[in-house]
Parts: sequence; C-alpha cells; structure tokens
Amino acid sequence: YYYSVFKRFVEIGRVAFVAFGPYEGKLVAIVDVIDQNRALVDGPCTGVKRQALPFKCLQLTDYVIKVPHSARQKYVRRAWEKAEINKKWEESSWAKKIEARKKRATMSDFDRYKVMTAKKMRNKIIKHEVKKLQKAAAQKKA
Amino acid sequence: MKTLREYKVVGRLLPSAKNPAPPLYRMRIFAPNHVVAKSRFWYFVSQLRKMKKASGEIVYCGLVHEKSPLKVKNFGIWLRYDSRSGTHNMYREYRDLTTSGAVTQCYRDMGARHRARAHAIQIMKVQIIPANKCRRPAIKQFHVTELYRAALQQKHIRRFQRCAKLRLSQVRRTFWCLSVAAKILTCCGWLLRCSFWLLGLLVQVKPGT
Repeated sequence: YYYSVFKRFVEIGRVAFVAFGPYEGKLVAIVDVIDQNRALVDGPCTGVKRQALPFKCLQLTDYVIKVPHSARQKYVRRAWEKAEINKKWEESSWAKKIEARKKRATMSDFDRYKVMTAKKMRNKIIKHEVKKLQKAAAQKKA
Repeated sequence: MKTLREYKVVGRLLPSAKNPAPPLYRMRIFAPNHVVAKSRFWYFVSQLRKMKKASGEIVYCGLVHEKSPLKVKNFGIWLRYDSRSGTHNMYREYRDLTTSGAVTQCYRDMGARHRARAHAIQIMKVQIIPANKCRRPAIKQFHVTELYRAALQQKHIRRFQRCAKLRLSQVRRTFWCLSVAAKILTCCGWLLRCSFWLLGLLVQVKPGT
C-alpha cells in the first residue's frame, strides 16, 4: 500500500504561487516540466507570459486545472476560467493572509490607533462575557 | 543568465583567377557574440578545408532565433572534447526550450562532470530528438509516458523583511520524488490511488500453493 506525506504534487495543470522574482505574488499553471529544476509555466489569467520558471520560486497550491501537457495558452486560459481559479484563490485563507500582511505594512499611525481601539472594545466585550460565565459557574457550585 | 547564441555563419575563399566562384560553406556556431562566432567559424573551417581568414571572407553572419521557444524539446548533442589524457567523442542529451540553451547547458555540464574547458570542446552536431529516440534515462524520466508526480517539499521557508517595501521569500530546499511504480496511463489522481490500493490488496492475498 502506498501513501505519501505529500499532498501537493508537481503535475501538469498544478497551479503554483510565484514566491519571488519579477512575477512575485502571481499564480501560474505548470504546463510542462523541463528538467529537475525548471517548469514551463503559463499564467494567462494572471498576467504571466509563458516561460520557464525554476521550481525554487514556485509554491504549490491546492488547485489543479485539467490541461494536457504543453497545451496552448488558449486552452490553459479556458481550463483556468472553467475552474474559476482566480475566484477560489481570492477566497482562500492563503490569499487573505497575504492581503492582511499588505494592509498591515501600509498602515499609518491613525490606522494603528483604530486597530488598538477596536481590539480594546472586542476584548472588553469578551472579558465581560467570560466574567459572567465564571460568575454563573461559581454560583452553581455554591 | 548569460547563454550562448546560435549564429549561422557562411564563408568562402576569396575569388581568384583560378577559382572565380568558390563554394560557400555554412556553419552553425554557438558563441556569446558575433565576433566570437566569426572567429570560431575560421577555427573550424581551417580544420576542415584549406581556407583561412586571410584567404577567405565571411559572406553572412547572423543570429538564429529559436523557432519554438515555448516548447520543451529534447536535444541530442554530439561533441568532441580534449580530456587530460586524450580526445574523445561524446553524445549527450539535454532538455531545454531553445537550442542555444541546450548547448549552454552542455558546456556547463562538461565543465562540471569532466572539467572540460570551453576551448577544449567542439560541438559537432545538435539535433532535436523525438522522445522515443532519447537514450539517456535522466532525460527519459521527464517524458510524459507515465504519470509522474513529484513532491515539492519545502523544508523551510524563511521570510526576510529587510525593509517595509522589500519582502523576499526563499525556498530552503526542494526535494524531488518520483513515483516509479506509476506506469498507468491515467490522468486522474484518484484513479492512481485506487489502483495502488488494489495492488496492495493483491500483495496481501498471496497466490495459493
């Protein structure tokens, strides 16, 4: 019986996130594997021209599009749009975390003040509820 | 990364009274620029014909662009190189998008594996090989005759934040696993897993004596 620790594989149609380089932050589909270090990669719906990218700068995502190997850009685009990868990516927590990091990096002092007051309000409400539950539990014991 | 470029160089002997229309000779030269290309043309042509730079002329020297730079191809390269103890012929295979990319890979590979310097290497022939004619197992493993899955193991992703603008993420190590037993022509991953499960069952049920 064969099982694997790995869940995301480099395969034809695997959608990958470009981690660094000129196309940093974009999604691409692996269309073919050139050799051990490079993949032929295409991102027609994310603005990445068809080219060879090293695996080192690719991070695999959970999405795979159904595309035959070395398929033309037209068919990659079709499969990408059919699978609605852009929408799925926007909804994923990975993309949301990136968005949150970007927002945090461009915060002004006023934004940080707003975050602080919002956090304070939230924690106050939570503590209030916790105290109520603790009181109720203590009364129940007595 | 600096790659070699493919040049088409055509040259001939200078026309003389004895030889008013000398034949043209064409060569495929892989060189970093056209100056080196012309020089290498004379180097090879004087080895092969009674022609030298002083007695001849270059009629044409132009860059050759790759016909299909977005298609992965298998290149067979025949070369001749001088080792420390003698000169040998070799046939090597590379997978690349362009011919000049493959030849550049070849030079780097020869330097790495055989310590052969560029001046000691002569590329005799470069040809695109169809997948079924490839001879080297290292190249054949990338052919999509069997479904292969590779695991890209990212051992450690380190994020550097040097300044608020710059963000650099690097993959520490990649790990390449090949599923050798996957000699099944399917396109679906779940079918693959099912078949392996079946194989597991078959192994458990030992054939009766």
